[in-house]
Amino acid sequence: METTITESRETLTAGTSMDETRGLTYPRIECKNINVSYGDKQAIFDISLPIPDRSVTALIGPSGCGKSTFLRCLNRMNDTIESCKVTGEIIMDGENINDPDIDPVLLRSRVGMVFQKPNPFPKSIFDNIAYGPRIHGLAETREDLDEMVEKSLRRAGLWEEVKDRLSSPGNSLSGGQQQRLCIARAIAVRPEVILMDEPCSALDPVATARIEELIDELRKRYCIVIVTHSMQQAARVSQRTAFFHLGELVEMGETDQIFTNPRERRTEDYITGRFG
Amino acid sequence: MTDAAPAPFRNEKALKRLKKRRAADMRFKFYGMSAIAFALAALSLLIISILSQAMSAATYHIVRYDVVLDPAVIAPPGKDKPADVARNIDGFYDLLRDNLLQTFPDVQGNRLETRQLGDLLTRLAVLPVAKSVAANPTQIGQEMTIKVPLNDDLDLYLKGAVSPEARLKLGAVEQGIETTPGRVTLSGANAFKGLQSLIAAQRAEVGDAVDARSILVTAGKSTGRVVSMSADALEMDLLTGSASDFNAARPLARVIALPESQRNVSDDQIAWTLALKDMGRISRVPHFSLLTHTDSTYPELAGALAAIVGSLLTMLVTAFIAIPVGIFASVYLEEFAPRNRLTEIIEVNINNLAAVPSIVFGLLGAAVFLGFFGLPRSAPLVGGLVLALLTLPTIIIASRAALKSVPPSIRAAALGVGASKMQSVFHHVLPVAGPGIFTGAILGMARALGETAPLLLIGMVAFVADVPTGPTDESTALPVLVYSWATHAERAWEPMTAAVIVILLMFLITMNGIVVFLRRRFERRW
Ligand SMILES: Nc1ncnc2c1ncn2[C@@H]1O[C@H](COP(=O)(O)OP(=O)(O)O)[C@@H](O)[C@H]1O
Ligand SMILES: [Mg+2]
Repeated sequence: METTITESRETLTAGTSMDETRGLTYPRIECKNINVSYGDKQAIFDISLPIPDRSVTALIGPSGCGKSTFLRCLNRMNDTIESCKVTGEIIMDGENINDPDIDPVLLRSRVGMVFQKPNPFPKSIFDNIAYGPRIHGLAETREDLDEMVEKSLRRAGLWEEVKDRLSSPGNSLSGGQQQRLCIARAIAVRPEVILMDEPCSALDPVATARIEELIDELRKRYCIVIVTHSMQQAARVSQRTAFFHLGELVEMGETDQIFTNPRERRTEDYITGRFG
Repeated sequence: MTDAAPAPFRNEKALKRLKKRRAADMRFKFYGMSAIAFALAALSLLIISILSQAMSAATYHIVRYDVVLDPAVIAPPGKDKPADVARNIDGFYDLLRDNLLQTFPDVQGNRLETRQLGDLLTRLAVLPVAKSVAANPTQIGQEMTIKVPLNDDLDLYLKGAVSPEARLKLGAVEQGIETTPGRVTLSGANAFKGLQSLIAAQRAEVGDAVDARSILVTAGKSTGRVVSMSADALEMDLLTGSASDFNAARPLARVIALPESQRNVSDDQIAWTLALKDMGRISRVPHFSLLTHTDSTYPELAGALAAIVGSLLTMLVTAFIAIPVGIFASVYLEEFAPRNRLTEIIEVNINNLAAVPSIVFGLLGAAVFLGFFGLPRSAPLVGGLVLALLTLPTIIIASRAALKSVPPSIRAAALGVGASKMQSVFHHVLPVAGPGIFTGAILGMARALGETAPLLLIGMVAFVADVPTGPTDESTALPVLVYSWATHAERAWEPMTAAVIVILLMFLITMNGIVVFLRRRFERRW
């Protein structure tokens, strides 16, 4: 099973070859001295953060502290914001993905993203999943594609619910199903990293619980970074937690340690609900 | 327990406030409904007035001639090749006029009347007949039934549009006697009492002016103009037919309000037309030639075909230029262009361009396309180019609005799965914005279809006798045809103009129908 995902891939920069096979390298992503500013306003100050593979890293902190901004650095979605300027190094598989030579389109096929509000394409369920594999040429035949769609939907725990209505529109699903569809869509392009920006904030508690179960399942295969405003959620799903405040990384560590025995005063104040 | 009891819902003050609020609601509703009623009334008035005018142009009168295609007249020796026959308008005209002269033999020798009788038939109206005979020369020498439109003024007379006319069935006439040549006396007890009182009533209304009115009395194929009358006898000039037709008949009297000197149709012409009608040679038929003929100086021969084809060709050129350029410009501006001073200036100027009066585009077109590039005058190519410039801002603005309304989350989703910017736009944004873009494009085209001023300036107002076959042929367009027909003096052009307006409106309604269909069919709900 594993090999299907780790089969040989293009390298991010043309010319260099990647001989490292995918293993339990630690850390999967190494961020060094990241600074982000929107125009004159700096949103992130000198953040260095290692992100381990096959585990969930939660980013917590009060709103506006730069969690989303930091997350968007990891697949260079900040490139699409004109005023946004990112400096620093983000090393993934030995390459600095922040390098101008890196093709962000290729990067995004290896670093998938799930957004705050479920945003399926206004197309059928099947086409939602198949779109990524199609543009990346991952499926040779129609059968390949069918299989890929099924596998992605199964991994996202949605297959049983939608297998009879693959041709109905993606937005006809419920909110929770739509979000799982978006996760399936991200999985379909065989990423190694999945970024999730408050994926449950628009969902009811039952749908949230399903997504959390799914995240726990997915962590066996992927490196997951999740932004959440719910500390309970962070405690439930993540193995490591990073606490952001006013654009700075205040503290990071094992989730258990952060929630039971924070080293920093600000972290303690936040997780005990004294501000935020 | 010391809390004050809550105020009841129905206290006086609350009721008063409620009443006031309801009154304000009602007033607002009333204003809104009056505004809509006013708009609807204005619109229906417009449509009713155009339709009622156009209705009379929907049919017209044609005259049937049973003639022998005499080779001596239509294909005299030396001019008997098909090409000559096709051009022999004079010959065919003579053939049909001679037929009329035979039908009304008493005209012979009177030059004025001969000319007037000949005017029942328009010379150029025989052209299609000449062409069809030339195409099939075995018909020469044979008997043939030819149908040709009636002169437009007499057509209008038969449609009741020339003058108000009072009609009265007279009492039984015992006999009509020709006393002196051309003068007939009708007699019958009390037969003309009704007519006398009708004239008396009209005299009370308009005074002596009634004496200038023509009173025509018709029985069968015969018609006379009243000279004098009493209750039992009536004296009249016989215009056509014979006195014996009045024996034991109950003739019909027509009092034509407009004096003969102020009409384009003489009493004689009316008499002949009535006689032809009585013979069953005049019939009212649908006016298809309005759609199959090209322009003419004679309203009964004129049609809008050249203008319809010209408009279609012009719209084709406009669509081929304005729609792709408009879509690409708006996609670039909305999705790819950096937000800076330059794009801001471009944006403001596009909005300004949309407000430039159309005649300015006409001047620009004349100067640039005709003057500088030397393109042909009066051509749909140039018209289409000018109209494309005119509609471009409209299409760009509408397309940008459609692109703006696509939720940004769609773009993020596409980029998130590794689509390039281009792919996200072409695979996801454009399909969602498509119906809105096409709505804008078609509305822009509809505006272009109705434009007149710029086309006048590039010479598309020229008289065009041939259907254009390509975008560089000389041509005109529907709104320009409306303009040029509306400036003609003859009355018969009025309903023709209205009919062209109706054709133009049909085009517009079809285009707007397509818009509604697109919206219904493809618009996605979010
Ligand atoms: N597109 C943007 N343009 C300008 N400023 C932005 C933009 N996105 C975020 N910011 C600013 O950056 C800071 C961090 O925002 P964000 O990363 O969204 O915070 P969080 O996700 O933690 O709530 C905020 O002060 C916000 O105002
Ligand atoms: Mg956020």
